[in-house]
Formats: sequence, structure tokens, C-alpha cells
Amino acid sequence: MHLSRPARIALRTAAALGLAVIYLPLLLVLVNSLNPDRSSSWPPPGLTLDWWSVAWRNDGARAALWTSVEAGLAATAIALVLGTLIAFAVQRHAFFGREAISFAVVLPIALPGIVTGIALNSAFNTVLEPLGVGLGLFTVVVGHATFCVVVVFNNVAARLRRLPGSYEEAAMDLGAHSFRAFVDVTFPLMRSALLAGGLLAFALSFDEIVVTTFTAGPGVQTLPIWIFNNMTRPQQAPVVNVVAALLVLLSVIPIYVAQRLSSDTASASRI
Amino acid sequence: MTDAVAAAGPLRRLAGTLHRRPRLRLSLLLSAPLLWLVLAYLGSLAALFLSAFWTTDSFTSEVVKVWSTDNFEALLTESLYRQVALRSVGVALAVTALCAVIAFPIAFYTARVARPRWRPLLVVAILTPLWASYLVKVYAWRLILSEGGPLDWALRPFGLSGPGYGLTATVLVLTYLWLPYMILPIHAGLEQLPDGLLDASADLGAGTGRTFRSVVLPLVLPSVAAGSVFTFSLSLGDYITVQIVGGKTQLIGNLVYSNVTLNLPLAAAVGTVPVVVIVLYLLAVRRTGALRSL
Repeated sequence: MHLSRPARIALRTAAALGLAVIYLPLLLVLVNSLNPDRSSSWPPPGLTLDWWSVAWRNDGARAALWTSVEAGLAATAIALVLGTLIAFAVQRHAFFGREAISFAVVLPIALPGIVTGIALNSAFNTVLEPLGVGLGLFTVVVGHATFCVVVVFNNVAARLRRLPGSYEEAAMDLGAHSFRAFVDVTFPLMRSALLAGGLLAFALSFDEIVVTTFTAGPGVQTLPIWIFNNMTRPQQAPVVNVVAALLVLLSVIPIYVAQRLSSDTASASRI
Repeated sequence: MTDAVAAAGPLRRLAGTLHRRPRLRLSLLLSAPLLWLVLAYLGSLAALFLSAFWTTDSFTSEVVKVWSTDNFEALLTESLYRQVALRSVGVALAVTALCAVIAFPIAFYTARVARPRWRPLLVVAILTPLWASYLVKVYAWRLILSEGGPLDWALRPFGLSGPGYGLTATVLVLTYLWLPYMILPIHAGLEQLPDGLLDASADLGAGTGRTFRSVVLPLVLPSVAAGSVFTFSLSLGDYITVQIVGGKTQLIGNLVYSNVTLNLPLAAAVGTVPVVVIVLYLLAVRRTGALRSL
């Protein structure tokens, strides 16, 4: 299709504007964390790093960050195991109900978070409470793992689809039993898919707020919950600004790792 | 060698048994995930929707387990619920339409106009904000839209001011949040568009506009539909953004949220509304063939 010069220029301008609008809010968060004014007035009267050291000493934010990391790691570990098991079952076996299982895996992330949240909340209250287990970090991990399974499943299933079974068969012909073949052949070939899936699962869990609201006990605060609770408190505004800026900076890490991983993995499936 | 075989004996025997019995292997693979998904997740979902048919004692707020369709009747007859449901669907549709209109030129540039060398980089640039925290992005917009904030400051020289917190702000922020989910499928769709079709259209005498209307749009429509699944369902279920930048605006999610502690059955009944709407939307979209390209 031959586009006229003005049409090309118009499209280029539109794309540049679009990207600018996508990045400006993130840039603003970074600038605002350096804003010396307590109520983040705009434009900032100057720039200062003071709030970063104040935030560093803020116990609430640090505890919340740590809780988020713990919940994310635990949920990721569970999701890696469950997602890989389902991927192997669905990709390497033909059985009745295969489609239904693929569908059930996607459901927790396809339904609105609040529906998943209150469903788990009332289930925990009726099943776990009589057993003496209250809402806490454990229930947060269960909730997060439920919707993290799908990203691991997607990555591993996509990898298995492209991996011919003949590698494993060759290993077995050479005398390896199926566990040996898995450890020496299949696992190394799917390691990057597991890494990508795990990365996505951790990012999903780290960012989650809705399901967390309904599965966390009163004493458990993940970082998003902490930000949400402190967002409207004028006293805490500068610290919230710094935490927000920190999260923007930290999001560079998964992007870097995702780019290091190969084509069909994280970069293509952040959904 | 023989030592190794002897040491691995039981393991090897187990591997052999599993190899010969695919059913056993399958049930071992599936038991743990199915216990989790079916028992823990689908079980609690089913219980929740069952509880939508229960009622609440208005004095003690305790759930009364007597079958009744009161909650659903209230949903259909009371104007508050109808209004909020319609507003939520309206917001989701508006966000989807805005995303499609904004995403198209950007995707057209990244997929067909930009130099091929730059294209992967542009895709990464669009993808990157998806890794930044959802809450941080909404918070950024809370700052931008605040009274006397950056938007007001930027518009003041023109004698204008920002929309402030409210329904407009909600639509704006949701559009911002889900825009990449619309750009990426459209980019993929445009990228796969064969050059031959465009040349053929030009050879047959069609101008750029005609080629766009008759060739490009129909072929890319499934991609737009695929993107709209995300923008629509993510907007419909959202209640955090509304709480942060929506002022007094209420959407379905807020109604569910405000009823959870006092009247769980009613909250469950209200919660069925977005689920039903999303399922209907998926069924409608499936007819375009968009779900296959997800």
C-alpha cells in the first residue's frame, strides 16, 4: 500500500504522541519522588533525594515489600509445579476433558478479580476457619497461585508443543529411563520457558491487589495494599511517591530478563 | 556401570511401570493440579454462585440459607442496579472504542511504516509499561488529574482545565491502562497482512482510502476483536481505578465490594452480572474468529 508523504508523517506523529502519552505518567512518578514539596505540588519547586532516605527508613513500606516478595516467591513456586504438571498432561496425553482443563486454567485470570476474590474469601472463611486457620499470608499465596498457574501453563505448553517427542525417545533408546530422560533432555530444553513463566507469575503476584484484598488477613500487607491504603493520607504522600518510583525502576529488571530469553517466551505472552 | 544400574534400580522400575501405563502417569500428573483447581477454585466459585440464592438477616447480617431469588429480582427491578450495570457496560464499551481508535494508527506505524529494523524495538517500547505496576500507573494519573496538578498546569495557558476526578477520568485512565493490550494484537494482525493483497488492490485501481476500507480493515478486524476482549473484560471488572480517580462514580465492582461484608449473597448476585456480560461478549467475539488468534 503506497502511503502519501503527509499520511506517513501523520502516522509517525500519531505513534510518537501515543508513545509519549504511554511514558509520561511513568516519568512523572519518577520526577515526583524528587519533589521537595510534601503535598507534591506541580511544578516541583526543586529536586531533592531526601524523601528516598525517609522512605528507606519507613518500616511499613519495607515490611510490605518483604511480604510481597515472600508471597510472590511462594505463589510462583506452586504455580511452576502445577502449571508444568498440567502442561505435560495436556500436551503429551489425549484424554476426555482435555479442553475443559485448559479452560479451567484460564478461568481465574479471565473472570474479574473481585469475583475470584470474594469466592476464595468466603470459601476460606467457611472451610479454614473451623480448622483454626485464619486469613493470612498463607491464604494470599493460595489466591495468587490460583491465577499464576495459567502463565506457567501457557509458556510450558507452548514449549512442549514445539519440542518433538523424539528427543526423549532417543534418550530412552540410549538406555535412559523416563526420569533420566526428563532430567537430562526435556528439562534443559524447557528451562527458559519455565524461567519466563516464573517471571510472569512473580510479576502478576507482585502487582496483584484485588484478590489480595480479599485473601489477606488484617495483619498482612503486600506492597500494593500498602500503597492503596496510604495513597490518600497526606502525611504519607512523599513516601508513597518514592515507593511508586521504585516500582517503576524495578520493572526494568523483568523487561531485561524477558529480552534475554528467546522468542516465544515472556515478551510475547505478558497477558 | 552395573553399580549405577543397581543403584537406580527402584527408580528405573518405577519409570518402567509409568511408561507402560499412560493412564496411571496421567492421573499422577493431574491429581495435584485438579485438586487445586477444581476443589479449591471451581468449588469456591460454585459455592459463591449458590450463595447468591440465599438471603441475609437484616439485623445480624448473617447469611440465611433459604433458597430465594430475591437478590436477582432486586437486581432486575431496582433502578440503582440497572443504572450501575448500564454505566459499567457503557464505560467498558467506551474504553474499548477509544483503545481501538488510538491503537490503530500506532500499530499501523509500528507494523508497516516504521523501518523493519526498528519494529521489534517499538514493540518492546509498547510492551514495557505492562510490566510497571497497575497501581502505580493509576496513582500517576491521580497525581496528573489532581486539582492544580500537571494536567491543569499544562492546560492553563490555553484557558482550559483538566476533567478532575469522575467518570471521564475513569474512562481516560482505563484507556491508558489497557491500550497496550489493544496495540499488540493489531500490530500482529497488520504485520501478517500479505503485501500481495495490497498490491493487487492498487493494481485494480483502488486508492489508499479504498484499499484501507475494503482490504486492510476487514482482515484486521479479528485482531481488533481479540484486543477488545482484554480492554472490555478488564474494564468491566475493575473497581480500584474507579475508587482512585472516579470521584463518586460507582461501577459494578464497587457495588460488589460495598456489599461483601454486610450482604454476601447480594454481592454474589451482583458479581454474576460482569461474569454473564463477559461470557456473552466472548461468545459474540468468537463469531469473528478472534479467539483463535489469541
